[in-house]
This record gives sequence, structure tokens and C-alpha cells, in this order.
Amino acid sequence: VSELAVLLPLALATLRLATPLVIAAMGELVSERAGVLNIGVEGMMLAGAFGAVAAGAATGSATIAVLASLAAGVSMAAVFAFFVLARGADPIVCGAAINLWALGATGSASRLLLPSGAGGAVGVRVAEWAPGLHPFTVVAVGLVVAAAVGLDRTRAGLALRAVGERALAAHVQGLPVLRIRWAATLAGGACAGLAGASLVLWLSDVFVEGMTSGRGFIALALVLFGGYRPARIAMGALLFGAASALQFRLQATGVTIPYNLLLMTPYVLTLAVLAIFAGRARVPGDLARPFRPRD
Amino acid sequence: MSALRRGLAPLAAAALALAVAALFLSLVGANPVVAFTALGRGAFGDALALQGTLVRTVPLLVVGLGTAVAFRAGVWNIGGEGQLTVGALAATALATRALDTAPAFLALPAVLAAGALAGSAWAGIAAALRARREVSEVLSTILLNFVAVLAVAWAVHGPLQEAAAGYPQSDPLPASARLALLAGLGRVHAGLVIALVLPLALWVGMFRSAAGLRLRAVGLAPEASLRAGISPTAEIVRVLLVSGGLAGLAGAIEVSGVTGRLFENLATGYGFTAIAVALLARLHPLAVVPSALFFAALATGAGSMQRAAGVPAVAVHAIEALAILFLVGLVDTLANGARKGST
Repeated sequence: VSELAVLLPLALATLRLATPLVIAAMGELVSERAGVLNIGVEGMMLAGAFGAVAAGAATGSATIAVLASLAAGVSMAAVFAFFVLARGADPIVCGAAINLWALGATGSASRLLLPSGAGGAVGVRVAEWAPGLHPFTVVAVGLVVAAAVGLDRTRAGLALRAVGERALAAHVQGLPVLRIRWAATLAGGACAGLAGASLVLWLSDVFVEGMTSGRGFIALALVLFGGYRPARIAMGALLFGAASALQFRLQATGVTIPYNLLLMTPYVLTLAVLAIFAGRARVPGDLARPFRPRD
Repeated sequence: MSALRRGLAPLAAAALALAVAALFLSLVGANPVVAFTALGRGAFGDALALQGTLVRTVPLLVVGLGTAVAFRAGVWNIGGEGQLTVGALAATALATRALDTAPAFLALPAVLAAGALAGSAWAGIAAALRARREVSEVLSTILLNFVAVLAVAWAVHGPLQEAAAGYPQSDPLPASARLALLAGLGRVHAGLVIALVLPLALWVGMFRSAAGLRLRAVGLAPEASLRAGISPTAEIVRVLLVSGGLAGLAGAIEVSGVTGRLFENLATGYGFTAIAVALLARLHPLAVVPSALFFAALATGAGSMQRAAGVPAVAVHAIEALAILFLVGLVDTLANGARKGST
């Protein structure tokens, strides 16, 4: 019984910490499979979190908060797609700019717009359906299944992968390369926004400047860790969730490892995981390469 | 693209970014005229403001140079923030724990070198991961930023905490490890001289040396340079070490010339702003000087803007982002440094 009393909270915490990573990583997976490398996922998550807090605080509705997070993620992704896909700008530069924009815009808007007394509190939450069964977790599982089936077993998925693998060949086959890349990028933005919403409607209930604290980058690394396979990416996210849950547990039990060193765990773990798995992942052939049909 | 257009594009991008920021401010209910007037006054209004801008130019210039060198070679070092941070950490550790009795002619160069070496080593982790394990430097340098910031937080709560132990900060650096203030320029320190010599040195290195040619060749055409006998991997490692070293040096200059101590959040986004500095300079070492001055003025004026118009200072990051996006949106491809993708 006492083991259960320790393990159960740990398992629940693992799910809670893994869910945002899974949601964001599925979005990144879809956009990378279409050939669009989006390092702005961190900023899109942050925008989603802010959108959820702003809309939730204003309306008191969790549904509207979630919709706002989707809108925030998608509009950031649209800006990113405009510069990268329509203007042919470098995706890494644009992704870095998106992250910087999100940090500055949400940081200042949260202080200007959110009611000052509330300290960035959202005021609404998305409640669990049953212990361990949270709507965001259900959505995450649904996204993993949809990505697995959709990418591998549907014509649309085949078209999307073709565009990411060999854009010119896909173009010659008559596939609308840029339109597919736009759709995949916007879908990725929606997922990132939703992942941000899960942070403020479930994991915490306030908006804090830069609160995503690298989760978007960890999601990027998880895509490589999972070798672009949805189920393996989800497993990786669970591993990270478990590591973070253990780390919080260690802090609570008062071990002598300094707090700031414990906080390094997810980043060091991500670096270690990249060192082992990045070289093994088969990256989409035309990832991060611009496509200009007239060339 | 004509030279004129290339030269004017950054100016247009900066102007557009400010215009959009003004629009954004009026949308959220702030008065853009009041805000920008305060910003300008805070950056250039009087001698004190001007000194503040110059002091802030130094780290942006030095990290921006490192970023420009890396981007030129097609190496996406997004880790300036972390490299600056460990540079400051190493410089402080050496100055306060080992060299507190050393004479200045020894202590000061040693402290600056320690910062540069630490920044190099930090970027060296990313370089090793890239060279040996095929890990993209984009992700590794970003992740190392988080680790570096936490390392400083640990140090100032632990091994480097001041002897008085009241606050989470280091002991003050000994006077022998401090950069001198420039006569008649208030808070402006000798780091400015270093920061103004470095662009010239890098210009010679990049455009007048074989090493610089190799670096630019790898950035322009990795496959062709491979055939010409240049190892892109070796170039990437070298350029990351130089780039990280510059950021680390900036960190050492910051503790030695400005703060005199190590504390948390010392970098305050210098590493991220440096990306904007490098890009708006079109990755040219000499153009980094005015670019750094511009972004330093924005950051310095932001404090006054916050007080006068209630616009949070963090908003300048949004302006930096807009400037980057407008620049890359205005001109089709980046300056020479960008990786050219195939279709």
C-alpha cells in the first residue's frame, strides 16, 4: 500500500508533465514531416499559454481559453509560414525571431493587459474527468494515434511525407507543395498553442514571463529521439515526464542536491538523448530546405 | 541585389519594426509618442543616458560579433546567452577565489582569458556534439543556455556566494581584476576599447586571411568547400569555439567592467539580442558596431520607457524580433552567411 501511495502520485505527475510535450511534439512532427523545421514552437507555446490566460481571465470560460490558445498558436505559425514559405527566409532565423517576439510580446502584454491584482492568474481550469484521465491527456493520446494513422496510412499523410522528403518530386507529381507545407505548419502551431494552454489550464494557473522554459525545445528534441515515429516520441515524452516528476519528488523529500542543479535535469537529459539518438534519426530529406517551383 | 539595397534594408527593417511596435502600443492602450520619447531620452537624452547606452553596447557588440562569425559559416550558434553566462561565471570564480591577491597586470588578462576560454568550452560542447554525434548546434546551444543560467544560480547560492552570505551574489571582484573606467566618460569602462578593436580584428580575420576564406566558403557552399579540401566539420568546430569565446569574453568584461560581481540573470537577454545585432549588421563585423549601438540604445531607453509610459522593458525583445523578420522578409535571402538550400 505504501508503495502505491508513492508510485501513484509519481505516475500522475508523469502524465501531467508529459502531456504538453506530447501535444507540442506531435505538431512539430507533422510540420517537420512536411519539410518545415519550426524552432519557433517554444514561442508558439508561450503565445498559446498567454492567449489562454488572457481569454480565460476575460471570459471565465475554459473553452474560450482553449480556443484562444489555438488561435494564438496558429497566428504565430502563420507569421512564421509567411516569412519561411512565402518569402523563402531561413527557418532557423525566423524561428529564433518568433521565440524572441513571443517572449517580448507576451511579457509586456501580460503586464499591460492582465488584471494587475490577479498576478497573471487565469481563473479557470480544465478539470480531470477521473484521476489520471485529463482531457488534455486524452487529446494528446488522440494526436499520437491520429499522427500514426494519418501520416502512415492515409493519402494525405503520404502527400505530406512526399513534400517533406523530396519537394521537387512531389511537385512534379502535381502535389501543391507550398499549400501542404502551410497546412502542416499551421497544424503544428495549433498543437503548440494547445500545449501552452495545458500549461496554464492544468499544470499551473498563472502566466509567468517565459514560463514554457524550454519545453518547446525539448519537444523538438523528442521528435529526433523518437526517430519521427509518433508512438516512440510519446514514449520519450513519458520518460521526460517521469524524470521531471522524480526531480520534483527529490526536491520535496529534501535531498541534499542543490535545487538549481536538479532543475538542470530536463536540459541535460535532452542533450544526452540527442547525443545518443540524433545521429540515428532519419531526417526528412528536404527538411528546412526552401522550395521554389520555378528554379 | 544592389549594394544600396543591401545597405538600406536593415535601416528600413529597423524603422518598420519601430512603426509596428508603435501600432502595437496604441492597440494595448499605451501612448506610443510618450513611450518613444521616453525611450529616446533614456538612451541619448543626457551624458548619463549616453554612458548607459555605451556600457550596454559593449556586450551586445562582442556577443554580436561572435554570432555574426558563426552565422557567416552557416553555424547557428543560438547559445550566446549561455556562453556569456559561463564566461562571467569563470571570470568571477577565478578573480574571487584564486587571484584576489594577484597584481592587475596578471589578474585582469587572466580573468578576461578565463571568460573567453569558458565561453569557448561551453560552445565546444555543442561543437563536439555536432562533430561526433550529428547533433544540430541549434538545439544544443539553446539547451546549454538553460544549463548555464542554472549553473550561475547554483554558484551564487553555493560555492561563489559572498562571504557575508547575505545575498545570492558573489564577492566583489578584487580591484586588480576590474577594467578601468575611461577618464571623463563616467561609467564607461575600458571594455569599450576592446569592443571597438575586435571588429577590426575580425574583419581582417574574415576577409583578409585564409582561415576567414575557409569559414566563408563553408557558409556559402559546404559541398564545394569539401571538394576544395576544406573539412566543413573542422570549420564548424573552429567557428563555434571562436564564437563562444567572444560571448564568454563579453561575460568576463561585464563582471569586470560593469557589475563587479556575479549574480543571477546577469545576461538579461544579451545573447538573444545579439542575434538581432548580427543579422541587422548583415553579418559584417564592422557593421556590428552601429547595429549594437542601435539595440543598446533600445534596451537602455526601455527602462525610461517603462517608467514614463508603463510599457514593460521586455517589449524591446518584440521590437528586435520584428526587425529580424522585416529584414529577412524584405530581402529574399540572407547575406552571404546563410545556408543555401537546394530545391
